[in-house]
Amino acid sequence: MANYAHPEVLVSTDWVVQHLADPKVKLVEVDVDTKSYDEGHVPNAIAWAWNTQLSDQLRRDILSKEQLEALMSSSGISRDSTVVIYGDNNNWFSAWAMWQLKIYGHADVRLMDGGRKKWLAEGRELSTEVPHPARTQYQAEHPDLSLRSFLQDVQAAYKSRAAAMVDVRSPAEFSGEILAPPGLPETCQRGGHIPGARSIPWAKAVNEDGTFKSYDELQTLYSGEGVDGSRPVISYCRIGERSSHTWFVLKYLLGFDKVTNYDGSWTEWGNLVGAPIEKGAAAAAKG
Amino acid sequence: MRAEEYSERTVDVNGWQCRLTSYKLGDVYHCQADNVSPGARLARATGATKEEAERQALERATELLSRTRRHSD
Repeated sequence: MANYAHPEVLVSTDWVVQHLADPKVKLVEVDVDTKSYDEGHVPNAIAWAWNTQLSDQLRRDILSKEQLEALMSSSGISRDSTVVIYGDNNNWFSAWAMWQLKIYGHADVRLMDGGRKKWLAEGRELSTEVPHPARTQYQAEHPDLSLRSFLQDVQAAYKSRAAAMVDVRSPAEFSGEILAPPGLPETCQRGGHIPGARSIPWAKAVNEDGTFKSYDELQTLYSGEGVDGSRPVISYCRIGERSSHTWFVLKYLLGFDKVTNYDGSWTEWGNLVGAPIEKGAAAAAKG
Repeated sequence: MRAEEYSERTVDVNGWQCRLTSYKLGDVYHCQADNVSPGARLARATGATKEEAERQALERATELLSRTRRHSD
């Protein structure tokens, strides 16, 4: 994990093996496919379903403070726990979970580099036992909204051009050729991207085995698109989970000070009446 | 229990890339299909052989990918 701005937020699969029995470490699997956990998971890991446990079930929103406290308490997590999150799809929703935990002030949250894919590929031990942790009385902090962008923030940033906008979707989604990732339901009325956004797909930040690229590689990737931390950054995708992944990279691996995740993302902007939209492939970055 | 025979391969499905990730858990073969770009999960299947698990996952992924529309300007 050398060279990252905050290497303490990332652990290797080896580190996890060494801490499987550490009572301070709480392992959580967060998958896109919520049935993956049942196949077999890292021993002692619990599961959070992103669609039911990491989102408000009535309105479109992240968890409220009270909902997060209830989740953490039932998961046996205390304020001083080291929470290690991992999952499928190269940690998309693990990053979504981490983003919410940071919003509510949990101090020690880490991602397992490479996620579930790397654990499987390395042939590491899997368990089908579901832990039943002792309940805690978790107290969250008030939400730190400096980590989140709402629609009005993005609209203001679009007008002022004061922030770098990073669209982390696939090139075909960015250009407007498709309205959702291939094979998934179309969830917007219009295709394209927020004018001025740079196209930097999330996958460019990871290696073939799912681990994050080195600090130098990441710095080259983002600075090549004019995203160098000299001004605030807003990342967005379709529903906010892939952009959490990029938020993590920019905030913790590169150490940019002001990075927000716009979780309304394209399902909000691309459905908004009158919102400006640009279509077409990404233009080359200005030198 | 550990995943054995882990493998990944990419196939073309009507112009869309589809990655098949297969492995064996115990006596059962598992296969997951994703759309490569951006990498979203499309289907999962199990079978007594790798070929059977892959065939079922690919069948479902093909069905989903066939619904994807390309929008021209």
